Amino acid sequence: MNRLKNLNWLWSALIILGFFVFWELMCLATGIPDFILPRPSEFVVVLVDQFHGIRRHGLQTLMTTTTGFAGGVLAGVIIGAIIGSSKVLYNACYPMLVGFYSIPKVALVPVFVVWFGIGTVPAILTSLVICIFPVVVNVATGLATTEPELEDVLRALGANKLDILWHVGLPRSLPYFFASLKIAITLSFVGTVVSETVAANLGIGSMMVLASSDFNMPLVFAGLVLLASMGIGLYACFAVLERRLTGWAQRKTEFVSG
Amino acid sequence: MNELARARPAEDDDPPAGSGSSAGAPVALRNVALRYGDPETGTLALKDTELAIEAGEFVAIVGPSGCGKSTLMKLVSGLNPATEGVVSVAGEIVTRPIKIVGMAFQNPTMLPWRRTIDNVLLPLKIVRPYRENFRRDRERNTARAEALLRRVGLHGFSRQFPWQLSGGMLQRASLCRALIHEPSLLLLDEPFGALDAFTREELWGVLQSLWMDRRPTVLLVTHDLREAVYLADRVVVMSARPGRIIFDRRVDLPRPRALDDLFRDTAVQLIHDLRARIEHFQLDETVGEAPGP
Repeated sequence: MNRLKNLNWLWSALIILGFFVFWELMCLATGIPDFILPRPSEFVVVLVDQFHGIRRHGLQTLMTTTTGFAGGVLAGVIIGAIIGSSKVLYNACYPMLVGFYSIPKVALVPVFVVWFGIGTVPAILTSLVICIFPVVVNVATGLATTEPELEDVLRALGANKLDILWHVGLPRSLPYFFASLKIAITLSFVGTVVSETVAANLGIGSMMVLASSDFNMPLVFAGLVLLASMGIGLYACFAVLERRLTGWAQRKTEFVSG
Repeated sequence: MNELARARPAEDDDPPAGSGSSAGAPVALRNVALRYGDPETGTLALKDTELAIEAGEFVAIVGPSGCGKSTLMKLVSGLNPATEGVVSVAGEIVTRPIKIVGMAFQNPTMLPWRRTIDNVLLPLKIVRPYRENFRRDRERNTARAEALLRRVGLHGFSRQFPWQLSGGMLQRASLCRALIHEPSLLLLDEPFGALDAFTREELWGVLQSLWMDRRPTVLLVTHDLREAVYLADRVVVMSARPGRIIFDRRVDLPRPRALDDLFRDTAVQLIHDLRARIEHFQLDETVGEAPGP
């Protein structure tokens, strides 16, 4: 079991490495100029050389994203819990949620800029708004599909609605919640960067816009790689947290049955 | 309304729960009917049901499947309100789920995210007065839960998750959960129905000894006449749907009973009688059986 898991890690790393090696070789073979598509070796050098400057932008994006994400998850859980606790509300609110989600979040950036000015706030709000929906839907679905037998166990003890939510509804929807977190964190990066490219002076998004206007493609790609690594990192954090908190729901892979 | 007015004074004469040698609560059903779904055209699951259970009495309800036995349990626990008539427990008219009840169902319904011990402790987190002091009494509660688990033969399994236990073990744990808050009324809905014969007979003995400790009132729904005779002070037979009580018989066997007692003449005769009553009614009533709710 353990050996297999270690091999999984190795395979993931090998595939990523292989992807970059293939990219490098194709660029060398076709002789494509670096202001069109830089080679990985070039933007890795940029990433290391200009790390001091890039770090400032990276930290800004990371802070903005995690703040927006935290707010979005909090709002999502509250809205999801309210909607999911009633079948009528669940059905009634769904169309509005879908409509809300269908709005491209980029379209909201100018609105936020008008309201709050250029900078960090619109970026936080964009990333917040973009990650509410998956959390709301998953939490609401988890609550709405709770088996009535499980609720009866508590109802028969004279439990009130809040007790049932706390002891049955929320733990029951925890696996759904974590599934949504993994989607939301990646979406959250998208929200931040989109907002930064339109209206910010700091952050990876704005750095990439400036770099591309200078045809400094290696720096643009360095930004992309940094974004991808931060995404993987946070995703991994939630995957670990998920395994620890909802092990009961993933027993086939994680536990050895007694 | 008239029913309510009449129910009150009669109940007030009963001794309060917990007094005397029994920790049980008396239960009374007066002219109770229950219809699922539409109040006019829905399925009539139960009608004209009259039943009085003394404090500390162990009553078993038997009858053909779909006869409303489980409905009766839901009525007494307050999970379903009666369409007609009055249900009262410990002198209080039941209008919503009551707190002094412990329940175990055929399906053990353990919460999958809680370890066995935490599942057993669950009622103490919900029911007053335990919930207020749950943290303070944590050690004492855990010790009690462990002791109960030991009584039902689950020693050493308290840290396991429900999916790590077999069906019989889950049912044992479910019994512990029904008893941990020392309820004065225990409702058991075919708790041993899905178990193999040996486990079932073993658990009869466990249940009897647990009941004899505190003597709560028990209402046991079962398909098994031997189980009813072994465990109960009184066996009540219900007719096919719409269910009503057609036969009510005391079981005069000394306690504690042993499995061998079931082979004595009185017990054999009693089981035979009960079987005859049920068969008689099954032949009388229409054969087509509506599925359970």
